[in-house]
Amino acid sequence: MIVYILCFILFLVGLYGLITRRNLIKIVISLSIMEFSIFILLVLIGYIDGGIAPIITGLESNPTYVDPLPQAMVLTAIVIGLATTAMLMAIAIRLYRKYRTFDIREIKNLKG
Amino acid sequence: MSIIVKKVAQLIAGLIFLYGIYIIVHGHLTPGGGFAGGALIAGAYILVILANGSDAIKLKKEEVGSSLSESVSILVVLMMAVAGFFIGAKVFFNNYLPTGKMGELISAGAIPLYNIFIGIEVAAALLTIFLALIIYKEEIEE
Amino acid sequence: MELTLSILLGFMIIGAIFALHAKDLLSAIIAAGIVGYSLVICFLLLKAPDLAIVQIVVETITLIIMVAVILDSTREELKVKIDRRQIINISLALVFMLVLVFFFIQAISNLNPFGEHTLRMASAYVGETAAKTGSANLVTGILFDFRGYDTLGEATILFTAALGVLTILRIKGRK
Repeated sequence: MIVYILCFILFLVGLYGLITRRNLIKIVISLSIMEFSIFILLVLIGYIDGGIAPIITGLESNPTYVDPLPQAMVLTAIVIGLATTAMLMAIAIRLYRKYRTFDIREIKNLKG
Repeated sequence: MSIIVKKVAQLIAGLIFLYGIYIIVHGHLTPGGGFAGGALIAGAYILVILANGSDAIKLKKEEVGSSLSESVSILVVLMMAVAGFFIGAKVFFNNYLPTGKMGELISAGAIPLYNIFIGIEVAAALLTIFLALIIYKEEIEE
Repeated sequence: MELTLSILLGFMIIGAIFALHAKDLLSAIIAAGIVGYSLVICFLLLKAPDLAIVQIVVETITLIIMVAVILDSTREELKVKIDRRQIINISLALVFMLVLVFFFIQAISNLNPFGEHTLRMASAYVGETAAKTGSANLVTGILFDFRGYDTLGEATILFTAALGVLTILRIKGRK
């Protein structure tokens, strides 16, 4: 049970950074930390004690596999996370070229 | 970068590329598949670009090719999924090819084909994103 | 098993806190890499080799893209004074976190203890994948056969992201 609570603490750290930081790069890092905590939580829920990796080899008789469904869902989510991170970084570098700062509050004040 | 870095990067990039192809082709037998192999192939290209330095005019030709192969491969995946409507059980994403014997390289019906085209799509998309960033930096410096 | 995972998760939390408070943006990005690479070891311990392969490659490419952006612009973190808006932000974050903790306590009472998961939907997948698709890797079988729509949506999102990056970063139009 303690691993679920630690996952949730990791999620809260990401949420805290997302709300209180003012630097664009730090906000992107906080978003990816929240993503990671959700991935590990989903895979933790699907784990079974004594289970083996979900690949049929034909060597074991009557095997128990860990749940393959959360693994398949997380696999797509990881690649989507990379795509969103790359897009956010593109927006950040474009904003830096225009306003010469990463501070979101200053960007809001300049309104150029 | 110095000539040692360039030569070593060229040697290693070939091996990484081959490993990515292996991961994609054996996706239905061993861990891995289209997503992992595609990201590895994109990593091989990125390694060569980082070692050899960037030249905006050459990279623009590369970018046209990568965005073209990205679009074509996602279209092929969609076509293969739609083909399930016309062959067999009339379901989207129907696995209409014969499944064969489990554990052999050519088996599992259409899954290896989906793996290959998703692999090309992931590799081309990641490469396009990276090339766009590098070309942007080059154009700013001019 | 649970102890090992707890130590790794604690390590990830320390890395995340350091990433949020680092003075230099480059060290913040490297500290975020601690979280990503620890995740790879967690996936390996949890019997998910597919995820471990994908995560280690994706984390490396993410680090390369982030460092490429940082080295092109400033590396210094902003000097933030504690003013009234900052205090309001921090208290708002604390309130949000308290609300989430309340719902988490409600939710965790419905979860099985760690390691005693019961297969509900997946039991049908595990039983039928070998007969219906002939794929030895169950994750690939689910991904491209039973859950084909998800994979198609993922490919579409990746395509859209690449188009979006091209649109944002293009200064001169393509001839």
